[in-house]
Amino acid sequence: MGLESVVGDQYCDLIIEFCNLLIHFVLLISRQGKVRLTKWYSPYSQKERTKVIRELSGVILTRGPKLCNFVEWRGYKVVYKRYASLYFCMCTDQDDNELEVLEIIHHYVEILDRYFGSVCELDLIFNFHKAYYILDELLIAGELQESSKKTVARLIAAQDALVETAKEQASSISNIIAQATK
Amino acid sequence: MNPFSSGTRLRDMIRAIRACKTAAEERAVVRKESAAIRASINENDQDYRHRNLAKLMFIHMLGYPTHFGQMECLKLIASAGFPEKRIGYLGLMLLLDERQEVLMLVTNSLKQDLNHSNQYIVGLALCALGNICSAEMARDLAPEVERLLQFRDPNIRKKWAFPRSVPDLMGVDVSGDWNKRTNQLWNTVILASLWALWLERNNRIFDGVEGDKCTEGLVKTLKDVVNSPYSPEYDIAGITDPFLHIRLLKLLRVLGQGDADSSDCMNDILAQVATKTESNKNAGNAILYECVETIMSIEDNGGLRVLAINILGRFLSNRDNNIRYVALNMLMKAITVDAQAVQRHRATILECVKDSDASIRKRALELVYLLVNESNVKPLTKELIDYLEVSDQEFKGDLTAKICSIVAKFSLEKIWYIDQMLKVLTEAGNFVKDEVWHALIVVISNASDLHGYTVRALYRAFQTSEQESLVRVAVWCIGEYGDMLVNNVGMLDVEDPITVTESDAVDVVEIAIKRHTSDFTTKAMAFIAMLKLSSRFPSCSERIKDIIVQYKGNLVLELQQRSLEFNSIIAKHQNIRSALVERMPVLDEATFMGRRAGSMPATVSTSTTTSINIPNGVSKPSAAPLVDLLDLSSDDTPAVPSSTGGGGADFLQDLLGVDLSPAPNQPGMKPALQNGTDVLLDLLSIGDPPAQSSLSTSDILSSVQDNKLPVAPLDGLLSPSAPATPVIDLLDGFAVKPPTPENNGSAFPSIVAFESSLLKLLFNFSKPPGNPQTTLIQATFTNLSSDSFTDFIFQAAVPKFLQLHLDPASGNTLPASGNGSITQSLKVTNSQHGKKSLVMRIKIAFKMNNKDVLEEGQINNFPRGL
Repeated sequence: MGLESVVGDQYCDLIIEFCNLLIHFVLLISRQGKVRLTKWYSPYSQKERTKVIRELSGVILTRGPKLCNFVEWRGYKVVYKRYASLYFCMCTDQDDNELEVLEIIHHYVEILDRYFGSVCELDLIFNFHKAYYILDELLIAGELQESSKKTVARLIAAQDALVETAKEQASSISNIIAQATK
Repeated sequence: MNPFSSGTRLRDMIRAIRACKTAAEERAVVRKESAAIRASINENDQDYRHRNLAKLMFIHMLGYPTHFGQMECLKLIASAGFPEKRIGYLGLMLLLDERQEVLMLVTNSLKQDLNHSNQYIVGLALCALGNICSAEMARDLAPEVERLLQFRDPNIRKKWAFPRSVPDLMGVDVSGDWNKRTNQLWNTVILASLWALWLERNNRIFDGVEGDKCTEGLVKTLKDVVNSPYSPEYDIAGITDPFLHIRLLKLLRVLGQGDADSSDCMNDILAQVATKTESNKNAGNAILYECVETIMSIEDNGGLRVLAINILGRFLSNRDNNIRYVALNMLMKAITVDAQAVQRHRATILECVKDSDASIRKRALELVYLLVNESNVKPLTKELIDYLEVSDQEFKGDLTAKICSIVAKFSLEKIWYIDQMLKVLTEAGNFVKDEVWHALIVVISNASDLHGYTVRALYRAFQTSEQESLVRVAVWCIGEYGDMLVNNVGMLDVEDPITVTESDAVDVVEIAIKRHTSDFTTKAMAFIAMLKLSSRFPSCSERIKDIIVQYKGNLVLELQQRSLEFNSIIAKHQNIRSALVERMPVLDEATFMGRRAGSMPATVSTSTTTSINIPNGVSKPSAAPLVDLLDLSSDDTPAVPSSTGGGGADFLQDLLGVDLSPAPNQPGMKPALQNGTDVLLDLLSIGDPPAQSSLSTSDILSSVQDNKLPVAPLDGLLSPSAPATPVIDLLDGFAVKPPTPENNGSAFPSIVAFESSLLKLLFNFSKPPGNPQTTLIQATFTNLSSDSFTDFIFQAAVPKFLQLHLDPASGNTLPASGNGSITQSLKVTNSQHGKKSLVMRIKIAFKMNNKDVLEEGQINNFPRGL
């Protein structure tokens, strides 16, 4: 099933004009300015990435607590939200729906919470790769791909199980080898 | 096994890094770990590759270099197991970006993984593709992705991150900015496919639905979604899948734009969403926001728009800052649709300008700017200016700029404009841009009936405010219209009369000069004002002279110079002073505005004034003098004489521009007087480069003496009001005293640059004033032989730090036995002036008795300091 069958050929062009990336990048910064997660959906060179992180942490970490969650920055809009000691930031275009992005951030945090069982910054430090895996199930190429927390949790659990099985196999094989060569 | 890598686990490394107390300690730990990882990589250690990459990712996030691990990602991706692939793909997405060549090497692994039997491995590959993918990869992998579309598992289909039509689309424009383009196409199709899948999940597939029916289908889907019963899996704050709501609304927006039928068809459901959605949670508000945006974009339906604006009004009065922010944002778009409706919320928006949140203030200010029209400009400006008094420092800049722009745009009455600008200057003069107060001066100068009023208002404002640009405007006006200040000329009904004595007015200017916060431009302007007041108020003349003379030793050259010049004008030339400090001619508003818009060349006046320029080039072309005098150009940097006054956009150049077309309301005498003023101002404006400072005064005077011719006609012009003699007098009086260096060049002795049995070459040097780097050399060739030379050619070469320009020689034949000579001018610019001296290699070719002769040599004996 392709695009054409959903909206009709003549609308494809329109949609192409209309749509672009919802989210350009995702950043997780701690209150001390340490980076906990970065995900880039628009092309930024490594050098630009460091610059962006530096600039944004300067802007966002200094904002007061009761202010709105949006910062205008270089013609883009950065939506951020603080959860405990972590700032979750997502960058979108000027005219995107900021409230939706805020909701996506919250959605991600809830999934993390469910996965780690009341998540804290330490969980995300020591299991940063898990945070990435979950984000990859939630967003793809800057677009939301799954709106069900349950589905994401199920997919992650299935993949974790795969890893476990592989580990067990590896250890049992090495056991067998060890046994055999005793 | 590697002794290093076996040591620390990922967890241990993270702990070690976290335990570091200083950045240096952290660097040491990271360096040690990186070394261990490198060693392990070199040994091709398979067991720990997985762990090493995880460590590298962590190190990468801390901002340390990790490029040496890029190949490890590829190796992990190429290995068979799921855990290795999983971390490998993660590393690929984290450590690499689209630009890296290494990415090309991964295409084959991706191809295999896309064909893998394990759906999760396929998922990993698709995810990586969706995030980083070059055009080349896209083309190579298209068939695999297309095949995946037949896949049964919805999770894979959902990850159909790959536009199957990319190769066709890419055909259009592969050469351009492919990165951006692919990205865009990508997301388009991803988005569409995601929609498709969502729709599928909701069992709303439109089999064979085409065109207009598409809207119907979507409307029906949205209806079902809106009315769906509680479903725990997708429920957010009591709404089933708000993300789906938002996407459907976006899609409807696309369909409804410019399509009245479609728009009509979606009216009902939009109204339903707009009225039924709960707005006490963020999710609901996000839907409302999207709905409003759709209503604004689709074809007009009055009722719906009212509904939408009402929603925004409700948002605007919400206590949540986020909601107010988006409301302001949306109202900016709505203003093009229904300005009247937005106007109704003006008061609330104005409140938002005063919010404590910078993001909200900024939005609100921009919105207010759009809301201003002729009927509400006065109250709105008043509000904004009132707020200026209490606003944060960092917001004042933006606010001031906007107020100035509003005031300038709607300046219906000059008095109102002047009033508002004075208020702004009083409150936030330090934030006002130069062109704004320049414009104010132009307006003031044009409003002849308001001169008295303005100068009195400025006098009052000066007592309460120390803002730089207010001070500048105030001293300018007091200088120009000081007599009106004292005599209460042109009193308006609205004014309270004030009593200002002549010495009060001088006090103001004196304060401006002496206040240590005044910068150099302000002080220079105050000097001019002083000079003018000395003529307006003869009784204060002595006092002014005392003030001015205090600055004769000032460290700032410009002030020192002004002090000396003005002092001598006051002391010795009473008779021409009044003509000199005549009120400025009315500045041409149209020219100024035009120039501000950049449509006018900046040097309109050059041609007229060059006629009275001093021919031996006393350091400055004449377009600059007034600029120079009032000091709007940056004189502290040594100006290059050839530049036409540097600050081309400076408005005071307009003063000269005015000379071109004397204002019609100035009868008879004025043009002549202006011209006279020009000459003198011109005279006074010389010599900004420090190197020349000691010479400048005497220099110019002597040069004018040398060039009485161009001045003479002006004397004639001046004669009705001021006799011709004073001008000369002024100059003579000076010319006697200082030892006049008649010729700049005389500082450097001539040299014999080259001498052979046949010919001799003499160099005479001179320096153009104001440009120490450049040397003018006059070369004179003399024939020492008894035969004449023909086809005489002189060539010269210089090293790279020099620039050489040769003018044509005076001839190509050189008579025998020194009976004549050829001269040729050279201009050398020494970019290393002061460090290296000139050096030149020469070649002289000529024919003697029809025989070619070539003379060569190097000149090393240039005087030092050229």
